Amino acid sequence: MIIAIPVSGKGQNPAVATSFGRAAHFLMYDDETGQYKILENAAMGSTGGAGIQAAQAIVDSGAEMLLTPQCGNNAAKVLAAAGLRIYKTDPGLSAMENLKAFRDNELEELRDIHEGYHGH
Amino acid sequence: MRQLVILSGKGGTGKTTVAGAFIRLSETRACADCDVDAPNLHLVNVAYPLRDDEPYYALPLADIDPALCVSCGECHSICRFDAIIPGGPYRVNDHSCEGCGVCALVCSVGAIHMKPHHAGNMTLYKKENAVFSTAELKMGSGTSGLLVSQVKKRMNAVVEGDIPFSVVDGSPGIGCPVIATLSGADVTLIVAEPSLSGISDLERIVKTARGFGTQVAVCVNKADINPARTRQIQEYCKREGLFFVGCIPYDPLAVVAVNRGVTIADIQCPSGNAAAEVYRRLLPVITQRSH
Amino acid sequence: MKGKTIAFLSGKGGTGKTFLAVNLASVAPSAVYIDCDVEEPNGHLFFRPAWQYSRTIHVPLPQVDPAVCNGCRKCVDFCAFSALAWANGQLILFEALCHGCGGCMMVCPNQALCEADREIGEIKGGTSAGVRVISGFLKPGEATGVSIVKSLLTQAGSGCSVFIDCPPGSSCMVSESIRDADYCVLVAEPTRFGAHNLNMVHELLRLYNKPCGAVLNKCQPGEDPSRDYCLHHGVPILARIPFDERLGLLNSNAQIAVREDKGYREMFQALLLRIDKEACDAAVGHS
Repeated sequence: MIIAIPVSGKGQNPAVATSFGRAAHFLMYDDETGQYKILENAAMGSTGGAGIQAAQAIVDSGAEMLLTPQCGNNAAKVLAAAGLRIYKTDPGLSAMENLKAFRDNELEELRDIHEGYHGH
Repeated sequence: MRQLVILSGKGGTGKTTVAGAFIRLSETRACADCDVDAPNLHLVNVAYPLRDDEPYYALPLADIDPALCVSCGECHSICRFDAIIPGGPYRVNDHSCEGCGVCALVCSVGAIHMKPHHAGNMTLYKKENAVFSTAELKMGSGTSGLLVSQVKKRMNAVVEGDIPFSVVDGSPGIGCPVIATLSGADVTLIVAEPSLSGISDLERIVKTARGFGTQVAVCVNKADINPARTRQIQEYCKREGLFFVGCIPYDPLAVVAVNRGVTIADIQCPSGNAAAEVYRRLLPVITQRSH
Repeated sequence: MKGKTIAFLSGKGGTGKTFLAVNLASVAPSAVYIDCDVEEPNGHLFFRPAWQYSRTIHVPLPQVDPAVCNGCRKCVDFCAFSALAWANGQLILFEALCHGCGGCMMVCPNQALCEADREIGEIKGGTSAGVRVISGFLKPGEATGVSIVKSLLTQAGSGCSVFIDCPPGSSCMVSESIRDADYCVLVAEPTRFGAHNLNMVHELLRLYNKPCGAVLNKCQPGEDPSRDYCLHHGVPILARIPFDERLGLLNSNAQIAVREDKGYREMFQALLLRIDKEACDAAVGHS
């Protein structure tokens, strides 16, 4: 299973980005091999609908799980259609630490879905 | 670094006046003005000797190459936004063009391309270790969540060392730029106005802010203009479990401060004193480490 | 004043744009008030009109026939507004992001898309003590209210003075609102903030070559950068309304000052005459 996390850097243990749609990159973690790769977020500089484009990229990548601090309702709609599940990251932890917390069942499903960008 | 965002349901409530005071009172080394449609904070938050400008490009708009246009009129008839001006050659009205790209799709001679649209400028003001990030959209460019995100990103990118919190002046309303402002906010202070319309504006912005899981606090500006409506706002906050942090009176000296290019915290005045009291009450909420 | 269309603009909300438009319409002999600030229409809170009609406003919205769609994603790639996505073998449409350009239908190789109507808001009309009141309401979260503004302006009728309350700022909705205006009134506060925002809207009016004047609101003794701006840029100052606690209270309770007080009525009648004269002079100067 591939787990996606929006991150702000590409280093060894990057911080979780503050937003989903406008994150710089996504860390794509394969929990079977323990390998990960970095996916550039092409939607980062989008003038509108960044969440939707980012969600489309995550869906297309084949990820099944998303760990994120927050998610807009537009992006959530795309992710839900593809059957992705969304968990809320712990703001005190890095991306790798959040992955561990997720495996240890310490993260909760994201319930607060905020209003999306309105494209204007 | 925690983030305090100052918002209001509509323009003119005194959001920027309060933001300016908070920047002065906290002596924070990181602040931003996200009201990119009509930024005002730079008019009272001065004294940054260094300035760095960068153009901002929004959604590309259609551009007709006059050398290639054969004036067939196909683009004009297909455009749903009245953005094509007929003639020889045809032209695009940048004000009406929404950037959909349909004209470029139908142009049989390939005369139309989507061209990056210089929609505004981003400015980074700096002084020893301190940064103030702001931007301004050009007239008629509409609003943009992207530009707001960029303004915050530019602030965060140059912050040095450990800063307890940043102060961010948001944009009015509940639209896209406000949502971009709220992204990453830890505490939101809403500056409300004691009027009939102000109360409905407040309710809408509270609803929006709550969706982001930030802590929401409310203060009333020009509270003495209508004490009955101010009480109504206080009661609303109590009912909704929102932190009511206090009132700021109508104060002619606030206008004097703005016109001198300083904040209300820089001069001795009733509104400045009240803002300091609001700041003192809110400070523990802004700086607390856990949610 | 007969048959003139006057638009009221400001760089930011809260300057008193609605206050002016509402009170001037209320002293005019035969007036139509049109609230084009469709995101935050507040004029009706003052007029409290008896609504006589309402009409929903629609924009075109694509619809997909899943039986015909083969998932080529050409429409998803074309849409400049990210209003379309593709997940789990289905096309997902985001109505509020759609600008209704029709591009997706054009790029679909299988004619799997067609268009239906989508409601984005409504307009309502009524009367309040002799003033015809027409307001537009954009649904929250919608991308643009330009089509509502267009529809509002068709309701003006003829023979009456028309008072247009524009949205704040200088967006395309403002450009649309002033399209038919004979004269524009800029409303600003007497501060550096006010002057900065005034400059922005004034630029828009220059672009459209509209004659204009300014009303400076909530004035107090001392410096007034907005006045300085007007003097420097040749914008006639139609009135400087002092800050007045009683006006502030009436306004915050959404009461129409000229209907409550003779003094205010006379003040606004005088202002209306001044605006009328400026508008007539401008019309002569233009022709």
